Parts: sequence; structure tokens; C-alpha cells
Amino acid sequence: MADSQNPSHTSGFPYRHLLGIEGLSPSEIGALLDKSEIFVEHNRKMDKKLDTLHGRTIVNLFFENSTRTLTSFELAGKRLGADVINMAVETSSVRKGETLIDTAMTLNAMQPDVLIVRHDQSGAVKLLAEKVDCAVINAGDGQHEHPTQAILDALTIRRRKGRLEGLRIALCGDVAHSRVARSNIHLLVTMGAEVRVVAPLTLLPTGIENFGVEVFTDMKAGLKDCDIVMMLRLQLERMESNFFPSVREYFHFYGLDYDKLSVAKPDALIMHPGPTNRGVEIDSLVADDFSRSVIREQVEMGVAVRMAVLEILSANLHSEKRLRNL
Amino acid sequence: MDDAVWTAAKTGEPLGRVAYVNARLLDPASGLDAKGAVLTEGESIADFGADLFKGGVPSGIETIDCQGLCLAPGLVDIRVQIREPGEEHKGTIESAGMSATAGGITTMICLPNTKPIIADMSVVEFVARRARLSGLAKIYPYAAATKNLEGKELAEMGILAEAGAVAFTDGERAIADAQVMRRALIYAKNFGLTIVQHPEEPSLSRGGGMNAGEVATRLGLSGIPAAAEVIMIERDIRLVEMTGGRLHFAHVSTAAAIEAIAKAKARGLAITCDTAPPYFALNENSIGEYRTFAKLSPPLRSEKDRVAVVQGLKDGTIDAVASDHAPHDEDSKRLPFMQAAAGGVGLETLLPIALELFHNGHLSLLQTLAKITDVPARLMGLRAGRLEKGAPADFMLFDPDYAWQVIADDLISKAKNSPFDGRLVQGIARQTVIDGRTVFRRKG
Repeated sequence: MADSQNPSHTSGFPYRHLLGIEGLSPSEIGALLDKSEIFVEHNRKMDKKLDTLHGRTIVNLFFENSTRTLTSFELAGKRLGADVINMAVETSSVRKGETLIDTAMTLNAMQPDVLIVRHDQSGAVKLLAEKVDCAVINAGDGQHEHPTQAILDALTIRRRKGRLEGLRIALCGDVAHSRVARSNIHLLVTMGAEVRVVAPLTLLPTGIENFGVEVFTDMKAGLKDCDIVMMLRLQLERMESNFFPSVREYFHFYGLDYDKLSVAKPDALIMHPGPTNRGVEIDSLVADDFSRSVIREQVEMGVAVRMAVLEILSANLHSEKRLRNL
Repeated sequence: MDDAVWTAAKTGEPLGRVAYVNARLLDPASGLDAKGAVLTEGESIADFGADLFKGGVPSGIETIDCQGLCLAPGLVDIRVQIREPGEEHKGTIESAGMSATAGGITTMICLPNTKPIIADMSVVEFVARRARLSGLAKIYPYAAATKNLEGKELAEMGILAEAGAVAFTDGERAIADAQVMRRALIYAKNFGLTIVQHPEEPSLSRGGGMNAGEVATRLGLSGIPAAAEVIMIERDIRLVEMTGGRLHFAHVSTAAAIEAIAKAKARGLAITCDTAPPYFALNENSIGEYRTFAKLSPPLRSEKDRVAVVQGLKDGTIDAVASDHAPHDEDSKRLPFMQAAAGGVGLETLLPIALELFHNGHLSLLQTLAKITDVPARLMGLRAGRLEKGAPADFMLFDPDYAWQVIADDLISKAKNSPFDGRLVQGIARQTVIDGRTVFRRKG
């Protein structure tokens, strides 16, 4: 990580990479959120093009399929004026036996400024970050972290509710295999929210109660008086591993419908990182209820958050280089 | 290490008589701990004791002044993966021999998971011959308990034992099928042989990369529950009870398993076990942020389990300590954690990490040495690990207090994947003697 003593960092976020939320302070998270706010307003203008990152090269290196996260990062980079290249797994040499580190070294030699990496292995993005000179953003690594998702979720909540502290927030569903859940738990607990996790015991990871959350296995008990209901995507292949017996049974007990939602606060918001499995973890009517669901707003916030992160990390990288040359 | 010298005498030059004087003799088997001397004649120990050469060494005998260093039987390491034949880029019989002798080890038993696996007389003989030619540490093989280590059909245990296999194991794999284990125990009993089990229920460990628990959850890594160990051990205890066979559990790592073994021993069953240094010196926190050198099999456990392993060593439930040496090349370890190979090198750290048990006041110096000399040798039926007149002159001189830092890149082992990289330790082998010949000496 970059040294936080460096006086040239004015953003309040003094790191070279964004690999995870765990370990960030409330003020560092706040700095990312404040910066993102500026871009939310900007993105609603007709002319969205800036030249802040003119001349910079950003590489989207995705070892795992993604549509929305990839598009969101690409758009964020382009709106800031950077050159953005997308490298998909299928065409890369990783399939030909090249190791992750080989790929990192090769890309590094091309002098990118920011690498945005998604990988299906926990810790893979950190491993890659150790081998390159540029800034690295974790766009999701295995079951570990997905930091920009947590920041965009927090931004969505903060704009709607005016705060994070003191809100009662329930994360529901496959917590065990979810990087979104881990990043969100770290962020929301750090910011002083009252965080609950609601899932069948088979989908709760060992020791989760030590993360500062309250654990529920009953949806209605968990959603009681919540300000925010955050649903997690259920990987259907988990069914084959006996984490739950059937979609029907899962939806019956853990799918979000109006009945279960009725115990939450009347103005409770519904969130989902997408893409949703309608009729599996969330009822279609609930997902599309614009008075309650902010799922599309989350997507909008995503671009703003990624612009903020790109701008801050690029500035940090620039100041580091300048300092090194002195 | 610049100050290490190997003097493997590969030629059959005749050995005379050598007196090792001014040593602190430590022999766990007899309880000897006294200032004294050892006399070797040819390849054997001719005499030793506190009173030997009290009146000076007669002329015609070469004299080596041990300068007060400890002289103990050469270490006997009963769980080593060598990688030759088949994966010589990770380790060879010669590199293992150099690493072992630098660590004071004179005898190793290697696992059968080479390529080809040790399931054939010719491979048993290959390993024995190559070890002999290297002139370094002695190597005895375990042979496969089942064909292709698949856990389905028994290997030719009788013939392999005749060829020199000391016991039978499927190496890093558990013999998972209860019926196969039952038959293996009975058939081995027929020849008076021991089965060595990697105790881990595979249907529970499958897909896991580290100990299940809060640390695994934080890192987003799939966990291996600690119970995977005790479940297999409790089943096997029942099978031993049923068959009357002899079973040895390798690298025991959990509190529950130790408790189960203690109860089985109290019932008089022919069950023994060992552990490896990582399981009493490290815990799952050593993984930090995805340190693959700390990825082991079984995985590093919780602090509570680590403490139980120390206690098991103290009360004797755990009979022995073996290095569990598992060399891997960089390409096998520089990977995302779940994809990285499990295992760590351990030959050069066996002595200093075992000595932590002594320095931390858990065991006496003799008790500590017993776990890595006489006891493991007896478990596997080897004539080694003790000072004995007429026995092969396999011993080592060591300084139990010498402080140094383990630096993975400085290890003599060809593979550098030590889970102890960076650790400050105490105790080092100064000179290693095998069959009367000094094969390793550390200058200074």
C-alpha cells in the first residue's frame, strides 16, 4: 500500500490500489463516497466527457464473465478521457497455459496506468498487484471482495437515506460464497450501520458472527424494522452441492416477496447487485417496484463510483511517480 | 549457506578409528546425557560413554574435538517427499540428501508418491541404490498401500516389504474406503507390517484450501473442517479394533484427533502417530494474505489446535515428529491460493523447530530428541536413532542454542517453499556423520 504520510495525497484516500474494503477507515471510505457524489451530478449532464485522465491507459482484465461491471468500468474510464482496453479471458493467452503472473508481467511491460481485474480465485488480484507498477482495482476476486460494488451500494443508500450510521441493513441470501456480501459487511460495519445477515445455515460462512453482524436464519425475523434489504445473487449451481434442496424451497423461505418485506420499515429500500434471478431470490414484482427497489439506481451509482476511484488512484500514482523522480 | 561443506565419501576408502572427544553425549533411548566421547571403527560405533578416553586418546586413533557441542543420534525423519523419480525439477535424492544432512538428519523414509509411484520392486531398489550412491542420508521407502494410490485394490505388500519397503501408505491421500482399509490392515498384519494413514475424510476436505473458520471466511477461501481429521481417525480406530492391525497416523493436527488417539491408545490398540513442526509452531494466521508457502496438507489449524498438539507431544499421545518435507517449484506456489500446491519443505527446519519444544519449556532436551530419533525409528522398525555399540555410526553434532533466521531463499533444499520463512530459531546441526563418515560440516 502507499504510505499514508505522503502529503501530496489530497483525496483522503492515500493508497496505490483498491483491493478490498477490509482495513479502510471511515474517513477513507467517506472520501471515496464524497468524490463519487460529484460524478453522479456530472453523469446526468448531456456532455459527459472529461479530460482528467487524458493520455492514461486503463486495461480491463476480466478472467471471469461480466457484462455490467465491465461496461461500468469501461464507461467510467472513457468519460474521464482515458484510453480503455478490454481484455477478455477467451482471447487471452491465459488459456494457453500462461500463468496469472506471466500475464501480469506482460501487461505491465506495456505501461498501463490502471489495471482493473476480475478473477474467479480469491486473492488472485492481490497476487497480480504485487507484480505490477501500475494501480490495480479489484473488480471482484473469487469469494473475497468486490470493493467498488460496496462503495456504490453505500453511495446509493447515503443519497436516499442521508446517512449510513445507525441504519438497520439486512444482507440476505448466499453470504458464504458472496464477495459482495464480504465487502458490504466490512464497509457498512465500519461506517456504523447495524448490519444483519439472513441466510440458511448452509449459506452462512463459519465465523461470520465475528464480523460485527447479527445472524438470522429466518427472513421475517431478520427483516424486522430494516431500513435496507440487500439481496444477494444465488448461484444456482450451489443446488447441486446440496446447499439447498430446490429453487422452490429456497424461494419459499428466503425469496424476497411482499409478505416477507412487510415486516421491514414502510420506507425500506430493496437492493440487489444484479443480475437478479427472478423467482429465486427475489419476486419479479418486488424487483420492479420503483417505489421500493433502487436496483437501477445502483447501476447508475456504479459508473460514478468507478470514475471517482479511477481519478483518485491515477492521481496517487502520478504523485508517487513525481516524488520518486525528485 | 557459504559455510556449509559436504564431504560425501563416495569411494570405498577404508575408514580407521575416530575418536569424537569433548562432546555432550545425548542418547534419548538410554537416557544418557553426559560429557564424554564416541569411538567409531569403520562404519560402526565401537564404544561411547562418559568415561571413554578419560585417560586420553591412544595413538593411532584420529581425534576430533567436539568443543563441547551436543552429540546425538542422527535424526530419523519418517515423512519426506523426495520427488525423484519423476519430478526432479522440484527435488532430487541428492538435493534431499544435502538438505537433510545439513539439518542433522541421517535417515529418511520417503513417500511413494513419485512418478512412477513406489509400488514396484524396481522403484524400491532404484531409490535405495540412488540414495546409496549419493553417499548422503539413508533413504528407506514407504510403498503404496493400494495400486496407483487409488485406494481401491491392495498393492503387493509382501513382495514390496521383501524388497525393502518399511511400511505402506497412500501418501498424501487417505485410504478412504472403509472396506479397503479393513483389508489393508488385515493383510499388512499378516506380514507384521504397519499401515500409515493420511487422516482426512476426503468428502469433507474436497474443494477446501485452508482450515475452515473465521480466517478462511475473511479471505473468501473454502475451508476444510477440522473434523475431517477426527472423523477418519475414529473410523480407522474401529477398523484397527476389528482387525488387530497396526496403524500409524501421519501429521496429526487437531485437538479432537489427539483426544481420540489418546483414548484408543489407552485401550491398548496398536495405534501410533506423529505430527509435523508446522502444527505445533504455526497456526492458520500464518497464511496472512494468501501466503501459499503456508498452504499445507493438512491445513494449518486454529491456535487451540496448535496448543493441543503441543500438549499431545508433552503427554506422549503424539509419539514422534516428522518434517513432512514437501518440495514444490515456484510455478506450483506462485498461484492464487486455492490453485497453489499444498506442502512445505522441512528438512533443514526439523531440528530447530523441534527444539522450540525444549526452549519453550514443554519438553526436556532428551525428550525433544526422542521425538525425532529413537521413537520414529522404532515405530518404523529401523535400527537407527540411538547410540549403540556395533550399530552404524550415524550421529550429529549440534549447538542447541545457536540463533539464526530461516530465510527460504538461503535454504540448501532445491525447493524453497518453507512455511517458516523469516522465523527466528535456535539450534543448528554442525556436523553430520553417516556410517562413520563425516558427510556434512558447517564451518565456524
